[in-house]
Amino acid sequence: MSETYNGHDHPHEETRTGAESALYASRIRAIEALLVERGILTKEEVRRQIEYMEARSPANGAKLVARAWTDPEFKARLLSDTKAAARELGIDASGPVEFLTVENTPEVHNLIVCTLCSCYPRAILGRPPDWYKSFAYRSRAVSEPRAVMREFGLELPMDVTVAVHDSSADVRYMVLPMRPPGAEGMDEEELARLVTRNSLIGVSVPLEPGLAG
Amino acid sequence: MNGVHDLGGMQGLGGVDVEGNEPVFHNPWEKAIFGTMLATMGQGMYNLDEFRHGIEVMSPAHYLTSSYYEHWLETIEKNLIEKGIIDRDELDARTQEFLKDPAAPVPQREDPELAESLSRLVRSGASTRREVSAKPQFEVGDRVRTRNVHPRGHTRLPQYVRDKQGVVERVYDAFVLPDANAHGEGENPQYVYSVRFEAEEVWGDSAEPREVVYVDLWESYLEPL
Repeated sequence: MSETYNGHDHPHEETRTGAESALYASRIRAIEALLVERGILTKEEVRRQIEYMEARSPANGAKLVARAWTDPEFKARLLSDTKAAARELGIDASGPVEFLTVENTPEVHNLIVCTLCSCYPRAILGRPPDWYKSFAYRSRAVSEPRAVMREFGLELPMDVTVAVHDSSADVRYMVLPMRPPGAEGMDEEELARLVTRNSLIGVSVPLEPGLAG
Repeated sequence: MNGVHDLGGMQGLGGVDVEGNEPVFHNPWEKAIFGTMLATMGQGMYNLDEFRHGIEVMSPAHYLTSSYYEHWLETIEKNLIEKGIIDRDELDARTQEFLKDPAAPVPQREDPELAESLSRLVRSGASTRREVSAKPQFEVGDRVRTRNVHPRGHTRLPQYVRDKQGVVERVYDAFVLPDANAHGEGENPQYVYSVRFEAEEVWGDSAEPREVVYVDLWESYLEPL
Protein backbone atom coordinates (compact mmCIF):
# COMPACT_ATOMS: atom_id res chain seq x y z
CA MET A 1 0.00 0.00 0.00
CA SER A 2 2.98 2.28 -0.55
CA GLU A 3 1.02 4.49 -2.91
CA THR A 4 -1.98 4.86 -0.66
CA TYR A 5 -3.27 8.33 -1.10
CA ASN A 6 -3.32 10.17 2.14
CA GLY A 7 -3.23 13.70 0.82
CA HIS A 8 -6.62 15.18 1.47
CA ASP A 9 -7.09 16.78 -1.89
CA HIS A 10 -9.56 14.05 -2.67
CA PRO A 11 -12.93 14.25 -1.04
CA HIS A 12 -13.94 12.07 1.83
CA GLU A 13 -17.23 12.71 3.50
CA GLU A 14 -15.64 12.65 6.93
CA THR A 15 -13.25 15.46 5.98
CA ARG A 16 -16.09 17.88 5.37
CA THR A 17 -16.05 20.82 7.72
CA GLY A 18 -18.92 21.40 10.10
CA ALA A 19 -20.08 24.35 7.99
CA GLU A 20 -20.15 22.33 4.77
CA SER A 21 -21.89 19.47 6.49
CA ALA A 22 -24.50 21.84 7.91
CA LEU A 23 -25.10 23.31 4.46
CA TYR A 24 -25.64 19.92 2.81
CA ALA A 25 -27.90 18.80 5.62
CA SER A 26 -29.95 21.98 5.26
CA ARG A 27 -30.18 21.73 1.48
CA ILE A 28 -31.46 18.18 1.43
CA ARG A 29 -33.90 18.99 4.25
CA ALA A 30 -35.14 21.95 2.24
CA ILE A 31 -35.65 19.78 -0.84
CA GLU A 32 -37.50 17.19 1.21
CA ALA A 33 -39.67 19.84 2.86
CA LEU A 34 -40.64 21.42 -0.47
CA LEU A 35 -41.52 18.05 -2.04
CA VAL A 36 -43.55 16.97 0.98
CA GLU A 37 -45.45 20.26 0.96
CA ARG A 38 -46.27 19.79 -2.71
CA GLY A 39 -47.73 16.42 -1.86
CA ILE A 40 -45.39 14.47 -4.13
CA LEU A 41 -43.17 12.89 -1.51
CA THR A 42 -43.67 11.41 1.91
CA LYS A 43 -41.12 10.83 4.65
CA GLU A 44 -42.46 7.30 4.79
CA GLU A 45 -41.51 6.74 1.17
CA VAL A 46 -37.96 7.96 1.69
CA ARG A 47 -37.68 5.70 4.73
CA ARG A 48 -38.95 2.68 2.78
CA GLN A 49 -36.50 3.25 -0.02
CA ILE A 50 -33.63 3.34 2.42
CA GLU A 51 -34.90 0.18 4.12
CA TYR A 52 -35.27 -1.64 0.83
CA MET A 53 -31.67 -0.91 -0.09
CA GLU A 54 -30.38 -1.61 3.40
CA ALA A 55 -31.82 -5.11 3.19
CA ARG A 56 -29.25 -5.88 0.47
CA SER A 57 -25.74 -6.90 1.45
CA PRO A 58 -22.72 -8.85 0.26
CA ALA A 59 -24.13 -11.79 2.25
CA ASN A 60 -26.54 -12.30 -0.68
CA GLY A 61 -23.62 -12.68 -3.06
CA ALA A 62 -21.85 -15.04 -0.66
CA LYS A 63 -24.95 -17.24 -0.50
CA LEU A 64 -25.15 -17.45 -4.28
CA VAL A 65 -21.47 -18.31 -4.57
CA ALA A 66 -21.55 -20.96 -1.84
CA ARG A 67 -24.51 -22.66 -3.51
CA ALA A 68 -22.80 -22.51 -6.90
CA TRP A 69 -19.70 -24.17 -5.40
CA THR A 70 -21.75 -27.08 -4.08
CA ASP A 71 -24.37 -27.49 -6.81
CA PRO A 72 -23.17 -27.53 -10.44
CA GLU A 73 -26.70 -27.22 -11.80
CA PHE A 74 -27.34 -24.15 -9.70
CA LYS A 75 -24.03 -22.75 -10.88
CA ALA A 76 -25.15 -23.17 -14.49
CA ARG A 77 -28.39 -21.34 -13.72
CA LEU A 78 -26.52 -18.57 -11.88
CA LEU A 79 -24.30 -18.02 -14.91
CA SER A 80 -27.19 -18.07 -17.38
CA ASP A 81 -29.82 -16.12 -15.39
CA THR A 82 -28.55 -14.49 -12.23
CA LYS A 83 -31.86 -12.90 -11.23
CA ALA A 84 -33.74 -16.21 -11.45
CA ALA A 85 -31.00 -18.01 -9.51
CA ALA A 86 -31.14 -15.31 -6.83
CA ARG A 87 -34.91 -15.75 -6.58
CA GLU A 88 -34.40 -19.47 -5.92
CA LEU A 89 -32.48 -18.54 -2.76
CA GLY A 90 -35.07 -16.00 -1.70
CA ILE A 91 -33.01 -13.01 -2.82
CA ASP A 92 -35.21 -10.39 -4.46
CA ALA A 93 -33.03 -8.87 -7.16
CA SER A 94 -35.99 -7.51 -9.06
CA GLY A 95 -35.39 -4.11 -10.48
CA PRO A 96 -34.70 -2.36 -13.71
CA VAL A 97 -31.18 -3.61 -14.35
CA GLU A 98 -29.90 -6.88 -15.75
CA PHE A 99 -27.34 -9.05 -14.01
CA LEU A 100 -24.51 -11.13 -15.30
CA THR A 101 -22.34 -13.35 -13.13
CA VAL A 102 -18.86 -13.88 -14.57
CA GLU A 103 -16.89 -16.94 -13.52
CA ASN A 104 -13.26 -16.96 -12.44
CA THR A 105 -11.29 -19.95 -13.72
CA PRO A 106 -7.63 -20.97 -13.52
CA GLU A 107 -7.23 -19.11 -16.85
CA VAL A 108 -9.38 -15.97 -16.37
CA HIS A 109 -9.81 -13.60 -13.44
CA ASN A 110 -12.64 -11.06 -13.61
CA LEU A 111 -12.69 -7.56 -12.18
CA ILE A 112 -15.68 -5.18 -12.07
CA VAL A 113 -15.59 -1.41 -12.37
CA CYS A 114 -17.67 1.51 -13.60
CA THR A 115 -15.41 4.19 -15.06
CA LEU A 116 -18.18 6.69 -15.89
CA CYS A 117 -20.02 6.69 -12.56
CA SER A 118 -20.30 3.94 -9.96
CA CYS A 119 -22.63 1.25 -11.33
CA TYR A 120 -22.63 -1.72 -9.01
CA PRO A 121 -24.86 -4.80 -8.49
CA ARG A 122 -26.78 -3.00 -5.74
CA ALA A 123 -29.98 -5.00 -5.99
CA ILE A 124 -27.98 -8.03 -4.81
CA LEU A 125 -24.98 -6.67 -2.88
CA GLY A 126 -26.33 -3.38 -1.55
CA ARG A 127 -24.29 -0.21 -1.71
CA PRO A 128 -20.75 -0.22 -3.03
CA PRO A 129 -17.81 0.42 -0.72
CA ASP A 130 -16.29 3.91 -0.90
CA TRP A 131 -13.12 2.74 -2.63
CA TYR A 132 -15.20 1.32 -5.50
CA LYS A 133 -16.59 4.82 -6.07
CA SER A 134 -13.18 6.49 -5.74
CA PHE A 135 -11.57 8.36 -8.63
CA ALA A 136 -8.45 6.24 -8.18
CA TYR A 137 -10.24 2.92 -8.63
CA ARG A 138 -12.44 4.11 -11.49
CA SER A 139 -9.47 5.50 -13.42
CA ARG A 140 -7.00 2.70 -12.82
CA ALA A 141 -9.01 -0.55 -12.81
CA VAL A 142 -9.19 -0.52 -16.62
CA SER A 143 -5.63 0.61 -17.35
CA GLU A 144 -3.62 -1.16 -14.63
CA PRO A 145 -5.85 -3.79 -13.01
CA ARG A 146 -2.93 -5.91 -11.81
CA ALA A 147 -1.41 -2.95 -9.98
CA VAL A 148 -4.77 -2.21 -8.38
CA MET A 149 -5.28 -5.82 -7.27
CA ARG A 150 -1.74 -5.84 -5.87
CA GLU A 151 -2.73 -2.96 -3.60
CA PHE A 152 -5.48 -5.24 -2.28
CA GLY A 153 -2.87 -7.97 -1.71
CA LEU A 154 -3.75 -10.05 -4.76
CA GLU A 155 -0.85 -11.05 -7.01
CA LEU A 156 -2.15 -12.98 -10.01
CA PRO A 157 0.11 -15.30 -12.00
CA MET A 158 1.16 -13.70 -15.29
CA ASP A 159 -0.41 -16.50 -17.33
CA VAL A 160 -3.87 -15.65 -15.99
CA THR A 161 -5.90 -13.32 -18.21
CA VAL A 162 -7.42 -10.35 -16.39
CA ALA A 163 -10.90 -9.60 -17.75
CA VAL A 164 -12.10 -6.16 -16.68
CA HIS A 165 -15.80 -5.40 -17.04
CA ASP A 166 -16.65 -1.71 -17.33
CA SER A 167 -20.34 -1.49 -16.33
CA SER A 168 -21.21 1.18 -18.87
CA ALA A 169 -24.79 0.18 -19.71
CA ASP A 170 -27.74 -1.56 -18.04
CA VAL A 171 -26.01 -4.78 -17.03
CA ARG A 172 -24.52 -5.17 -13.59
CA TYR A 173 -21.73 -7.66 -13.04
CA MET A 174 -20.82 -9.91 -10.16
CA VAL A 175 -17.84 -12.25 -9.95
CA LEU A 176 -18.17 -15.96 -9.16
CA PRO A 177 -14.78 -16.55 -7.55
CA MET A 178 -13.02 -19.93 -7.45
CA ARG A 179 -13.48 -22.15 -4.42
CA PRO A 180 -10.35 -21.77 -2.32
CA PRO A 181 -8.05 -24.74 -1.65
CA GLY A 182 -8.77 -26.56 1.59
CA ALA A 183 -12.52 -25.88 1.45
CA GLU A 184 -13.45 -29.37 0.22
CA GLY A 185 -15.31 -30.68 3.24
CA MET A 186 -17.13 -27.49 4.13
CA ASP A 187 -20.89 -27.03 3.98
CA GLU A 188 -22.67 -24.15 2.30
CA GLU A 189 -22.87 -21.97 5.36
CA GLU A 190 -19.18 -22.38 6.11
CA LEU A 191 -18.31 -21.72 2.49
CA ALA A 192 -20.37 -18.53 2.42
CA ARG A 193 -18.22 -17.14 5.23
CA LEU A 194 -15.18 -17.36 2.95
CA VAL A 195 -16.76 -15.14 0.31
CA THR A 196 -15.88 -11.49 0.90
CA ARG A 197 -17.40 -8.49 -0.82
CA ASN A 198 -14.03 -7.76 -2.43
CA SER A 199 -13.96 -11.25 -3.94
CA LEU A 200 -17.37 -10.60 -5.53
CA ILE A 201 -15.94 -7.47 -7.19
CA GLY A 202 -12.71 -9.23 -8.13
CA VAL A 203 -10.06 -7.23 -6.25
CA SER A 204 -9.52 -10.21 -3.97
CA VAL A 205 -10.12 -13.93 -3.83
CA PRO A 206 -12.13 -15.72 -1.12
CA LEU A 207 -10.56 -16.32 2.27
CA GLU A 208 -8.83 -19.62 2.80
CA PRO A 209 -10.27 -21.91 5.46
CA GLY A 210 -8.62 -21.25 8.78
CA LEU A 211 -8.27 -17.57 7.96
CA ALA A 212 -12.00 -16.90 7.96
CA GLY A 213 -13.21 -15.25 11.14
CA MET B 1 -19.35 14.81 -23.13
CA ASN B 2 -15.60 14.70 -22.66
CA GLY B 3 -15.99 15.48 -18.99
CA VAL B 4 -13.90 14.84 -15.93
CA HIS B 5 -16.32 12.08 -14.88
CA ASP B 6 -14.98 9.95 -17.75
CA LEU B 7 -12.13 8.61 -15.66
CA GLY B 8 -11.00 5.43 -17.43
CA GLY B 9 -7.22 5.56 -17.86
CA MET B 10 -6.78 8.94 -16.19
CA GLN B 11 -3.55 9.20 -14.20
CA GLY B 12 -2.40 10.96 -11.08
CA LEU B 13 -5.39 10.13 -8.91
CA GLY B 14 -3.35 8.12 -6.42
CA GLY B 15 -3.68 4.68 -4.94
CA VAL B 16 -6.93 3.05 -3.92
CA ASP B 17 -7.56 4.13 -0.37
CA VAL B 18 -9.47 1.46 1.51
CA GLU B 19 -11.12 2.59 4.69
CA GLY B 20 -11.30 -0.05 7.43
CA ASN B 21 -14.71 -0.61 9.04
CA GLU B 22 -16.26 1.87 6.69
CA PRO B 23 -19.64 3.15 7.90
CA VAL B 24 -22.58 2.87 5.53
CA PHE B 25 -23.03 6.62 5.69
CA HIS B 26 -20.50 9.08 7.06
CA ASN B 27 -23.13 11.72 7.78
CA PRO B 28 -26.90 11.59 8.32
CA TRP B 29 -27.42 13.95 5.36
CA GLU B 30 -25.92 11.33 3.03
CA LYS B 31 -28.69 8.98 4.02
CA ALA B 32 -31.27 11.70 3.37
CA ILE B 33 -29.78 12.36 -0.08
CA PHE B 34 -29.77 8.65 -0.84
CA GLY B 35 -33.41 8.16 0.12
CA THR B 36 -34.58 11.30 -1.64
CA MET B 37 -32.81 10.27 -4.84
CA LEU B 38 -34.43 6.83 -4.85
CA ALA B 39 -37.84 8.29 -4.14
CA THR B 40 -37.74 11.15 -6.63
CA MET B 41 -36.17 9.20 -9.49
CA GLY B 42 -38.39 6.24 -8.68
CA GLN B 43 -41.37 8.46 -9.28
CA GLY B 44 -40.01 9.53 -12.62
CA MET B 45 -39.36 13.16 -11.67
CA TYR B 46 -36.20 12.68 -13.75
CA ASN B 47 -34.61 9.66 -15.35
CA LEU B 48 -31.30 7.96 -14.63
CA ASP B 49 -29.62 9.49 -17.67
CA GLU B 50 -30.69 12.99 -16.67
CA PHE B 51 -29.46 12.21 -13.16
CA ARG B 52 -26.04 11.13 -14.45
CA HIS B 53 -25.75 14.06 -16.83
CA GLY B 54 -26.52 16.48 -14.00
CA ILE B 55 -23.34 15.21 -12.33
CA GLU B 56 -21.30 15.33 -15.53
CA VAL B 57 -21.98 19.03 -16.08
CA MET B 58 -20.63 20.00 -12.65
CA SER B 59 -17.47 22.09 -13.02
CA PRO B 60 -14.45 19.76 -13.11
CA ALA B 61 -12.89 21.39 -10.05
CA HIS B 62 -16.08 20.97 -8.08
CA TYR B 63 -16.54 17.38 -9.27
CA LEU B 64 -13.05 16.36 -8.17
CA THR B 65 -13.25 18.06 -4.78
CA SER B 66 -16.68 16.87 -3.77
CA SER B 67 -17.83 13.48 -2.63
CA TYR B 68 -20.19 10.92 -4.07
CA TYR B 69 -23.34 12.07 -2.26
CA GLU B 70 -22.51 15.72 -2.89
CA HIS B 71 -22.62 14.84 -6.59
CA TRP B 72 -26.04 13.34 -6.01
CA LEU B 73 -27.28 16.41 -4.17
CA GLU B 74 -26.10 18.64 -7.03
CA THR B 75 -27.96 16.68 -9.68
CA ILE B 76 -31.14 16.10 -7.64
CA GLU B 77 -31.35 19.84 -7.09
CA LYS B 78 -30.54 20.71 -10.71
CA ASN B 79 -33.07 18.26 -12.12
CA LEU B 80 -35.90 19.24 -9.75
CA ILE B 81 -35.34 22.92 -10.57
CA GLU B 82 -35.09 22.37 -14.33
CA LYS B 83 -38.26 20.32 -14.31
CA GLY B 84 -40.03 23.12 -12.49
CA ILE B 85 -40.78 20.88 -9.50
CA ILE B 86 -39.05 23.20 -7.07
CA ASP B 87 -37.96 26.80 -7.41
CA ARG B 88 -34.36 27.87 -6.81
CA ASP B 89 -35.18 30.97 -4.77
CA GLU B 90 -37.61 29.03 -2.67
CA LEU B 91 -35.01 26.31 -2.13
CA ASP B 92 -32.33 28.85 -1.17
CA ALA B 93 -34.67 30.57 1.27
CA ARG B 94 -35.68 27.27 2.82
CA THR B 95 -32.04 26.16 3.07
CA GLN B 96 -31.21 29.36 4.96
CA GLU B 97 -34.05 28.69 7.37
CA PHE B 98 -32.76 25.21 8.14
CA LEU B 99 -29.22 26.58 8.50
CA LYS B 100 -30.41 29.06 11.11
CA ASP B 101 -32.52 26.50 12.87
CA PRO B 102 -31.38 22.95 12.16
CA ALA B 103 -34.08 21.67 14.49
CA ALA B 104 -36.88 23.25 12.43
CA PRO B 105 -39.36 20.51 11.66
CA VAL B 106 -39.64 19.06 8.17
CA PRO B 107 -43.38 18.91 7.44
CA GLN B 108 -44.83 15.52 8.15
CA ARG B 109 -47.26 14.17 5.65
CA GLU B 110 -48.51 10.65 6.05
CA ASP B 111 -49.91 9.13 2.92
CA PRO B 112 -49.48 5.37 3.10
CA GLU B 113 -51.17 4.89 -0.25
CA LEU B 114 -48.80 7.23 -2.04
CA ALA B 115 -45.81 5.68 -0.26
CA GLU B 116 -46.95 2.18 -1.20
CA SER B 117 -47.52 2.94 -4.86
CA LEU B 118 -44.19 4.72 -5.15
CA SER B 119 -42.38 1.87 -3.45
CA ARG B 120 -43.85 -0.58 -5.93
CA LEU B 121 -42.75 1.64 -8.77
CA VAL B 122 -39.17 1.80 -7.58
CA ARG B 123 -38.97 -1.91 -6.87
CA SER B 124 -40.42 -3.15 -10.10
CA GLY B 125 -38.34 -0.40 -11.59
CA ALA B 126 -38.51 1.62 -14.69
CA SER B 127 -36.64 -0.85 -16.86
CA THR B 128 -35.01 0.69 -19.91
CA ARG B 129 -35.19 -2.56 -21.86
CA ARG B 130 -37.35 -2.25 -24.99
CA GLU B 131 -38.71 -4.53 -27.67
CA VAL B 132 -37.56 -3.44 -31.10
CA SER B 133 -38.57 -4.91 -34.44
CA ALA B 134 -35.15 -4.57 -36.05
CA LYS B 135 -32.60 -7.37 -35.80
CA PRO B 136 -29.26 -6.69 -34.14
CA GLN B 137 -26.75 -5.30 -36.64
CA PHE B 138 -23.89 -7.30 -35.11
CA GLU B 139 -23.40 -10.91 -34.05
CA VAL B 140 -21.14 -12.54 -31.51
CA GLY B 141 -17.64 -12.67 -32.99
CA ASP B 142 -18.10 -9.67 -35.28
CA ARG B 143 -15.19 -7.27 -35.40
CA VAL B 144 -16.24 -3.69 -34.78
CA ARG B 145 -14.74 -0.26 -34.38
CA THR B 146 -16.05 2.29 -31.93
CA ARG B 147 -16.84 5.62 -33.49
CA ASN B 148 -14.53 8.58 -33.15
CA VAL B 149 -17.20 10.87 -31.75
CA HIS B 150 -17.13 13.64 -29.17
CA PRO B 151 -20.74 14.41 -28.33
CA ARG B 152 -21.25 17.48 -26.17
CA GLY B 153 -24.15 15.85 -24.37
CA HIS B 154 -24.48 12.68 -22.33
CA THR B 155 -23.01 9.45 -23.67
CA ARG B 156 -22.01 6.07 -22.29
CA LEU B 157 -19.17 5.60 -24.74
CA PRO B 158 -16.07 6.21 -22.61
CA GLN B 159 -13.22 8.16 -24.21
CA TYR B 160 -10.64 5.43 -23.63
CA VAL B 161 -12.47 3.08 -26.00
CA ARG B 162 -13.29 5.53 -28.80
CA ASP B 163 -11.94 4.78 -32.26
CA LYS B 164 -10.79 1.32 -31.08
CA GLN B 165 -11.20 -2.11 -32.57
CA GLY B 166 -12.91 -4.84 -30.65
CA VAL B 167 -14.93 -8.02 -30.94
CA VAL B 168 -18.58 -8.51 -30.04
CA GLU B 169 -18.65 -10.89 -27.10
CA ARG B 170 -22.38 -10.79 -26.25
CA VAL B 171 -25.52 -9.39 -27.78
CA TYR B 172 -27.90 -8.00 -25.17
CA ASP B 173 -31.47 -6.82 -25.69
CA ALA B 174 -32.32 -3.33 -26.88
CA PHE B 175 -32.23 -0.54 -24.31
CA VAL B 176 -33.15 3.12 -24.26
CA LEU B 177 -30.27 5.19 -25.65
CA PRO B 178 -28.85 7.37 -22.85
CA ASP B 179 -27.54 9.94 -25.34
CA ALA B 180 -31.16 10.75 -26.31
CA ASN B 181 -32.92 10.02 -23.03
CA ALA B 182 -30.72 12.41 -21.04
CA HIS B 183 -31.88 15.32 -23.17
CA GLY B 184 -35.59 14.79 -23.61
CA GLU B 185 -35.03 13.50 -27.13
CA GLY B 186 -37.03 10.33 -26.76
CA GLU B 187 -35.87 6.78 -26.17
CA ASN B 188 -34.35 5.65 -29.48
CA PRO B 189 -33.86 2.09 -28.14
CA GLN B 190 -30.93 0.17 -29.61
CA TYR B 191 -29.23 -3.15 -29.08
CA VAL B 192 -26.42 -3.18 -26.56
CA TYR B 193 -23.30 -5.27 -27.07
CA SER B 194 -20.55 -6.40 -24.77
CA VAL B 195 -17.46 -5.58 -26.81
CA ARG B 196 -14.08 -7.07 -25.93
CA PHE B 197 -10.99 -4.93 -26.40
CA GLU B 198 -7.44 -6.20 -26.06
CA ALA B 199 -5.52 -4.02 -23.61
CA GLU B 200 -2.81 -3.36 -26.24
CA GLU B 201 -5.44 -1.87 -28.56
CA VAL B 202 -6.54 0.51 -25.84
CA TRP B 203 -3.33 1.28 -23.93
CA GLY B 204 -0.60 0.51 -26.45
CA ASP B 205 2.79 -0.27 -24.94
CA SER B 206 1.56 0.74 -21.50
CA ALA B 207 -0.84 -2.22 -21.35
CA GLU B 208 -0.35 -4.77 -18.60
CA PRO B 209 0.21 -8.32 -19.84
CA ARG B 210 -2.84 -10.43 -20.62
CA GLU B 211 -5.65 -7.98 -20.03
CA VAL B 212 -8.92 -7.64 -21.87
CA VAL B 213 -11.56 -4.98 -21.23
CA TYR B 214 -15.26 -5.56 -21.82
CA VAL B 215 -17.40 -2.49 -22.33
CA ASP B 216 -21.18 -2.50 -22.91
CA LEU B 217 -21.97 -0.31 -25.90
CA TRP B 218 -25.07 0.78 -27.78
CA GLU B 219 -25.30 -0.09 -31.47
CA SER B 220 -24.86 3.47 -32.74
CA TYR B 221 -21.50 3.66 -30.94
CA LEU B 222 -20.16 0.96 -33.27
CA GLU B 223 -19.35 0.54 -36.93
CA PRO B 224 -18.56 -2.71 -38.72
CA LEU B 225 -14.98 -3.54 -39.60
